[in-house]
Amino acid sequence: MAMSRKKKSKIEVTFIYIFLFVMFVLIAYPLFWAFMMSLNPGSNMMVTELIPKNPTLEHYKWLFTDPNSDYVIWYKNSLYVAVVNSVGSVIITSLIAYAFSRYKFVGRKYGLYMFLLLQMFPALMGMVALYILLNTIGLTDSLYGLMIIYLGGQIPFNAWLVKGYFDTIPKELDEAAKIDGAGHLKIFWTIMLPLAKPILAVVALFNFMAPFMDFLLPRIVLTSPEKYTLALGLFNFINDQFSTNFTRFAAGSILIAVPIALVFLLLQRYLISGLTSGATKG
Amino acid sequence: MAEEKMVSKTRKIQPRTLAVILSIIPGLGQMYNRRFLKGFIFLIISTAFLITTWDYIDIGIWGLFTLGTIPREHHSIQLLIQGLISLIVLAFGIGIYIYNFMDARSDAIAREANRPKPTLLQGVKGFYNNGFPYFMIMPGLIMLLFIVVVPLLFMFALAFTNYNQYNAPPRKLLDWVGFTNFVDLVHIDIWKDTFFSVFSWTIVWTVVATTLQIALGLILALLVNDTRIKFKRAIRTILILPWAVPAFVSILIFSALFNPTFGAINRDILSQFNVMLPWLSDPFWTKVALIMIQTWLGFPFVFALFTGVLQSVPRDMYEAADVDGGTRWQKLRHITLPHILFATAPLLIMQYAGNFNNFNIIYLFNEGNPAVRGQNAGGTDILISWVYKLTFESNNYNMAAAITIIMGLVVSIFAFYQFRKTASFKEEGRY
Repeated sequence: MAMSRKKKSKIEVTFIYIFLFVMFVLIAYPLFWAFMMSLNPGSNMMVTELIPKNPTLEHYKWLFTDPNSDYVIWYKNSLYVAVVNSVGSVIITSLIAYAFSRYKFVGRKYGLYMFLLLQMFPALMGMVALYILLNTIGLTDSLYGLMIIYLGGQIPFNAWLVKGYFDTIPKELDEAAKIDGAGHLKIFWTIMLPLAKPILAVVALFNFMAPFMDFLLPRIVLTSPEKYTLALGLFNFINDQFSTNFTRFAAGSILIAVPIALVFLLLQRYLISGLTSGATKG
Repeated sequence: MAEEKMVSKTRKIQPRTLAVILSIIPGLGQMYNRRFLKGFIFLIISTAFLITTWDYIDIGIWGLFTLGTIPREHHSIQLLIQGLISLIVLAFGIGIYIYNFMDARSDAIAREANRPKPTLLQGVKGFYNNGFPYFMIMPGLIMLLFIVVVPLLFMFALAFTNYNQYNAPPRKLLDWVGFTNFVDLVHIDIWKDTFFSVFSWTIVWTVVATTLQIALGLILALLVNDTRIKFKRAIRTILILPWAVPAFVSILIFSALFNPTFGAINRDILSQFNVMLPWLSDPFWTKVALIMIQTWLGFPFVFALFTGVLQSVPRDMYEAADVDGGTRWQKLRHITLPHILFATAPLLIMQYAGNFNNFNIIYLFNEGNPAVRGQNAGGTDILISWVYKLTFESNNYNMAAAITIIMGLVVSIFAFYQFRKTASFKEEGRY
């Protein structure tokens, strides 16, 4: 009896491992394939091989050295937008979240509902108007225009997230500080911000990564290639002549996917804890 | 005290009423309360507000109603946007105006009670204290209004105009047409057929793809959480990988993998079994591919979420179940599932809403294609990618806007559940 139960358990565990192994293959195969494509010489997809006979780094070299390649400029543009977006979003959302978490004011409740509702409306729905608005203030085909849209669009989701985290910081702390004579801003600066570092790091990180991953908004706002961000530039590699440039696209993508994935894997547990605390205690 | 009461009775109008009436001209009420500096500031601000915004609001509101009267000279779209912005500026103005009344009234009440007039410093301090939360949200609120709210209102308004490629400013003026666009959507054949087929595919897509990704994430989270499984950290890291890679990169990789001529799926894998599937040219197979890819992309988030929540299920509940001789299935059914589903419900609802609006995968994988005869959307277009095409490819702005409103209604249903869910969490008691 005891023996058979042990055996049964062993079979179960084996099946679980087999299932997990299948998942690993399904996850790894596309990524591995893309990596191998980037090592294939030439650009003719018809003759590519999964394990190339003579692997080459020519596509990586092309991205950085060829005079026709704007890759470095795109990287710089993306970095610029990403830094501004990251810093700006932390400032704006933490201010809003502080007000919503700690103060009673007219419109507070409806403001929260508005954030919840607006999160579900993708920016795409208002794209036409955004374009016209940017046009009237002369910010089309400009990285600033892109930044403004990112900064405004991230508010509903992130304000909600940070507010949820602020709510978990005990109110006694700021009340004690208030008795010691600390003003509104001092409490915000010396108590809330330091204690909320994990969630602020998540907000900073995700808004840093967003410009690297989004191709749609840049596609509508930016028109000249020297203003492109990485995602848009890479998309255009394969958008026009798909089969001729995929190897190059693969090389360019791997150079953004690897750093982003690494940082992401390091920090994702903060995100999960932030999401669940924000959502369940909102 | 008694004398004071006598005086206020003999007066016909109480000071607080008088202060409010005088405040019809902003600042006058405050001056009557002997708060001269404050009154002066009110007066200056409101005059400045009126002088700077009057023309803009005047034209904006007029434009909002008429959408212009002279073709080529009046640009209906710019007038419409100016109108919407005017409404917001006007709301701000009215807000200040109402505050002016309330402030005069409360000062008058303080004076009736003979409280000492606050010094300048105290006044500024009080203003800072009461206004603090507003100062904090002001920068974000203004951005939110102009970048999110105005564009959505604009889209909403467009649905009731006749703005399309044949009737576009500045050459022509737009008109308000009421619900014509919505009626067309369900009456004109090509629109009707397209709308219903796209709408039903959107629903199928949302339900099937999201449910699959949640189910896979749930199963994996439960399996990896099993005490007999080793190397948990490494396994979890690998399972999260599809989430860590930027989605647009993975979708484009899949798009190449599924390519019927050079893609590895037909060339290297299915050819072993002598099968060639028309992944990108047959709507059915494209849909199958899309759902599989979305499951691949979406399960890691759910997996990570459930893994996090699983740690928080109270141990003693399982122990109690063991004592009662509960089977594994019963424990899963009655303890684990209710706990983790309850804790994550709002985020799972967001997953459904997210896929409903998942433009990226549809557009990047196959641009909503293949084309289908007799309708003006592709075979795999969902509502949002159809709206994108109508807007940026065929310039059918009015219809795109009408469809957007219908999408908004559906999204509001998600939001409604979200509200209820969140509200119930609130009642559960925060500190």
